[in-house]
Amino acid sequence: MSSADDVLVIAESGADAPTGMTLELLGLGRRLADAVSGSVSAIALTSAASELAPRLIAAGADRVMTFEAGRDTDAYPPELWLEVIGESLRSHASAFILMGHTALGAELGPRLAFRTNAAIATSCEIVEMAEGQLVATRPCFGNKAREVLTLHTRPSIVTVRARTHEPLVEDATRKGEITVGALPAKALQTRTRVVQRTPDDIVSGIRLENARIVVAGGRGLGGAEGFEVLEKFAEALGGAVGASRVACDLGWAPHSRQIGMSGKTVTPDLYVAVGISGASHHMAGCGRAKAILAINSDAQAAIFKEAHFGIVGDYRQIVPALIEEIVRQRATLTA
Amino acid sequence: MNILVCIKEIQNPELPSELFRVDEVKKQLIFFPNASLVTSPFDAQAIEAALRIRDSMSDTKITLITLGPSGSQAALKRGLAMGADAGILVSDSHAQSSGPFETVRKLCHAIRDAGDFDLIITGRQAADFDAGIVGCGMAEVLGIPVLAFARSVRVANGRVVVERVLDDGFETVETPTPCLVTVSNELGEPRKASLRLTMQAAKKPIVTVKAIEVDETQGRRTRERLFIPSRNSDCEMFSQSTPGDIAREVTASLAAMRMI
Repeated sequence: MSSADDVLVIAESGADAPTGMTLELLGLGRRLADAVSGSVSAIALTSAASELAPRLIAAGADRVMTFEAGRDTDAYPPELWLEVIGESLRSHASAFILMGHTALGAELGPRLAFRTNAAIATSCEIVEMAEGQLVATRPCFGNKAREVLTLHTRPSIVTVRARTHEPLVEDATRKGEITVGALPAKALQTRTRVVQRTPDDIVSGIRLENARIVVAGGRGLGGAEGFEVLEKFAEALGGAVGASRVACDLGWAPHSRQIGMSGKTVTPDLYVAVGISGASHHMAGCGRAKAILAINSDAQAAIFKEAHFGIVGDYRQIVPALIEEIVRQRATLTA
Repeated sequence: MNILVCIKEIQNPELPSELFRVDEVKKQLIFFPNASLVTSPFDAQAIEAALRIRDSMSDTKITLITLGPSGSQAALKRGLAMGADAGILVSDSHAQSSGPFETVRKLCHAIRDAGDFDLIITGRQAADFDAGIVGCGMAEVLGIPVLAFARSVRVANGRVVVERVLDDGFETVETPTPCLVTVSNELGEPRKASLRLTMQAAKKPIVTVKAIEVDETQGRRTRERLFIPSRNSDCEMFSQSTPGDIAREVTASLAAMRMI
């Protein structure tokens, strides 16, 4: 296997299964590698290589390098990964490096780029191969514009937004090479140490960035109690709850739920905007949803220019009716 | 403690979409004539993070640095009026076309010349190209640790302690100085300039240094296009007479699209 056109995927995993992001990256990596008759490698840090590695191969990898990582280390993940990838690149020169634009990748990518003099494009939503070089399209100016960048170096690096690429259908008959190694001692001696990890207190257990459906509320809710209605709505839809900046600033929702230019960016299949006017600041975080349903009492609200479906009315009447209808349909389907 | 905060002046990102323009030939932003220039919001929060440290540690000096065309001191002055102590303008006639690799080299060169800093703070990304490359890249070039996406920054026993926003929660991490921290919006509102501080700011020093020329072969990339994607203007309105009727129609439409 030539390493000349190898695509290296940084395979993040949780609870010994690849993350959705990782499966997307493997699908993307496979398509890019096939375009240049190259190969796909994946690096994973895991304590369960025997379960994880075959899944990465089924999802598109030709070669999986796993490094044994205990759960109890207080080494700082971006620094740890930086050493591991550096080690890997020394033994196997990958040409293209893909990682998720996650808390890990958004820090790791730029650092790796400067360590290896590699060109980088961050937070990309389209990644293609043209004449042997990566061409990445990414949103900028708060989602008002797109830029298309060609990366001329080897390696070159892209960080990819979640929910922008299709994973392959996993094929357990795919064959690949698996190596299991110990973490280099140096990698564990990160200057930065993790003191404590605190998971979010998201009630529904669905992460905003991964949710297929997001129900978000703004100033038009009129108060914190509006979010209780939205929680029920999100629960009925199997979605997560988000909020506009104003709603967060007013203390109606925690800042961890904020969607927009200075908050999180979500790309669900369906974004339900309740009492949100649709300022460009907010649309920066949700404008790339596949469909937007806007519920607003103001028929002139800017959100209706961006939405695919619109309801003008009082959410206090509309949302309970929607919940009732969704619950009724579910019951019909399961009956 | 000696803190350096990197800031960038940009077109007000709250400019309505209808007024936002790009030059597709030059592949750069067309500044809207009457739009205000502002300090990139995450950078204003970076200044706030530095001020909070100084609030609890009086022996702290805060220096601001920005890369911009000669004479572009407005962002520095706004930061001084918030309470920072000194400013450095790295003057660069190519500032608008400076890519992340060039910007990092220019800033790092100026920072090394400016003295020893215990802590460098930046915003997690500039609210123009939204790339988030420069902060982490500078740390790498300067050879110091970086902690990205801080929602709080404090100093304890000579170490920098940061609460860092993760995809599914947050983590507390600590590192020795010198180090670089990028701050996220969860940090909270930056303070406003007071009249007293604004008047004092006029007397605070701003030095101008010239940006170095950099080798553009490293990290080489080409912007092929910059464009505004077409907007959806086709909203299907549901205006049935009762909430129940609306709910039935909406649910049926969404179900037909397999959205629910």
